[in-house]
Amino acid sequence: MAEFLEFRGVSKRFGTIQAVSDVSLEIKKGEFFSLLGPSGCGKTTMLRVAAGFEEPDAGRVFLDGQDITGLPPDKRKVNTIFQSYALFPHMTVRDNIAFGLAIAKRPKSEIRTEVDRMLELIRMADQAGKKPDQLSGGQKQRVAVARALINKPDVLLLDEPLAALDLKLRQKMLIELDIIHDEVGITFLYVTHDQAEAMSLSDRIAVMDNGRIEQVGAPAEIYESPRTSFVAAFIGDTNFLEGRVHDCLDRDYCRLAIAGLPEIFCFNDKVLQPGQPIYLSIRPEKIHISHDRPEEKSRRNYLPGIIEDVIYLGSNTKYWVRVGGYRIQVLRQHDRYFLDEKPLRWKDECWIWWHADDGFMLDHFRKADEGLLAVPPQSVGEPINGK
Amino acid sequence: MRRRQTEWLVSLPTLAWLTLFVVIPTLLVFVIAFRPANPYGGIGRGWTLDTIRALATPNYLLIAWRTLWISLLTTAICLLLALPAGYTIARAPERWRNRLLLCVIIPFWTSFLVRVFAWRSLLHPEGPVKKALEAIGLVGPEATLLYHPAAVVLVMVYTFLPFTILPIYAAAEKFDFRLVEAARDLGARPFQSFRKIFLPGIRRGVVTAVLVVFIPALGSYIIPDLVGGPSGEMIGNKIAQRVFSDRNLPHASALSAVLVLAVLAPLVAVLVLQRKGKKSDIIMGEAP
Repeated sequence: MAEFLEFRGVSKRFGTIQAVSDVSLEIKKGEFFSLLGPSGCGKTTMLRVAAGFEEPDAGRVFLDGQDITGLPPDKRKVNTIFQSYALFPHMTVRDNIAFGLAIAKRPKSEIRTEVDRMLELIRMADQAGKKPDQLSGGQKQRVAVARALINKPDVLLLDEPLAALDLKLRQKMLIELDIIHDEVGITFLYVTHDQAEAMSLSDRIAVMDNGRIEQVGAPAEIYESPRTSFVAAFIGDTNFLEGRVHDCLDRDYCRLAIAGLPEIFCFNDKVLQPGQPIYLSIRPEKIHISHDRPEEKSRRNYLPGIIEDVIYLGSNTKYWVRVGGYRIQVLRQHDRYFLDEKPLRWKDECWIWWHADDGFMLDHFRKADEGLLAVPPQSVGEPINGK
Repeated sequence: MRRRQTEWLVSLPTLAWLTLFVVIPTLLVFVIAFRPANPYGGIGRGWTLDTIRALATPNYLLIAWRTLWISLLTTAICLLLALPAGYTIARAPERWRNRLLLCVIIPFWTSFLVRVFAWRSLLHPEGPVKKALEAIGLVGPEATLLYHPAAVVLVMVYTFLPFTILPIYAAAEKFDFRLVEAARDLGARPFQSFRKIFLPGIRRGVVTAVLVVFIPALGSYIIPDLVGGPSGEMIGNKIAQRVFSDRNLPHASALSAVLVLAVLAPLVAVLVLQRKGKKSDIIMGEAP
């Protein structure tokens, strides 16, 4: 399907801060698309440019083939769900939902049936007479959704709509939003800093940092093959190992030389030269851990180490394992915790291993991205990449 | 019920003060209106309705009508000017806000009386405003700017404008402007979102502003006296004349009583309206 909402070379500056720089993005019709990034990455500015609240300094915005860059918000077939919901406090739930149609001067009877239909959709027919300050957070959120959807926008913009809710409610609303998206079938542009929200809802995600797009792709694509160290570190958790290309075995695999470690096999889809500096990223849950040396199979990396830290998290446990100059984070799902005769403990010697396909190589690395990783407790007092 | 008792104790001094210096004098004014005058400028014995009857003259009706329309017009103009001003100040960047507010307050550094006299000089037939308007051909050489109801309205607007801007600014400053964005997002044009979302959002500031202008305007005395002339006289001037020239206290009291009732009317109206809207509303209170 062709692009529906398109940003072409959009830039926006606020004073000395370049909020968005030269971003191009194509969102397909009916897609649930997320802009994901830390606060200040420019994702909300992108949304406000789409809504018409901010005029871009450069670049154009197209909706369904039409250039909407200069149009004021009221002339765009786009509606927003604000982080604060921005429900009108002096109006009842019914009047809030009816606002868009009332402004459009639609017949009273039509407004009534449409609002009733929306109240049904958000299951709040019995709350129609209440004022916003009499509603709970989740109810406000649902009213905000209904108020936006009643205008049948081409695109629904959602600005961190779940951020103000507590965890349990957030998970519930997450599913509701997904259902609503399936039911109404319009394009959703969803802004969030929460990777779990973005991963669970989106058809595609654009990861943003510093006003630029780092990577666009389906959730699995972004998680399994991040293109930059930022994406690797921001989405989920990972270990970074710094080294050089030793040699390439065939079209698919190569060996890496990493200081203090034996040669590491890694899946390769790039054109690499021996001797070229490279960064290996391997996610904690892809690494296996055991007391005994496992039986060796091909295309796997086996490393001996010492457990420096153990964090029990219920459904799984995190281990920090000293291997050469590195502290490698390993995540292990529990099977039968109390039946395990030899649980891994602090200071135990152990083996870790992973399949060559599970690591991925990055040719660029920003030191700052290390700060996004889960850091072991301070008491250990060692840098992550201690040399 | 202990809380109740403490509340009474705490408000007792204020209550006593108000009773002593507001309620009792006001009641005295009402009482004196029904007493005859005596030739020495005092209050005679006995009771009479003559003074009240004497108020029903065409002259007083004219003055009352003028007082009302000048006050209403002043309030309306003040609101029209203060709404955009308050909105602009509230939306201005933080560092500009205080400077703009300072500009609103600066006139208070000069005595009110001095400022009204300054207007007299400005509007004087030989004054700069008159000369300037004449030069650009807006008024003829015979036109009078001073001693005209329009001059009263002008100076009253000038005097009361800061009192209108401040409560509107206070309400606008607390207003969540994301609501205006939401309205625009839902299809409202700029003026529609101003009227349907911003105005209701700051309605208590507007009510305060109206009361703060309209009530003192009804009782204006100095401004119409200095710039109004005979054709710009208001009820306040008549009260002063009855006291100082005629030395007829009952007559002045009767006029004052009418004024008090006229002031009470909008207050009570607002109270009733707000009771209807919400039980806990207070006139002067801003939105929480």
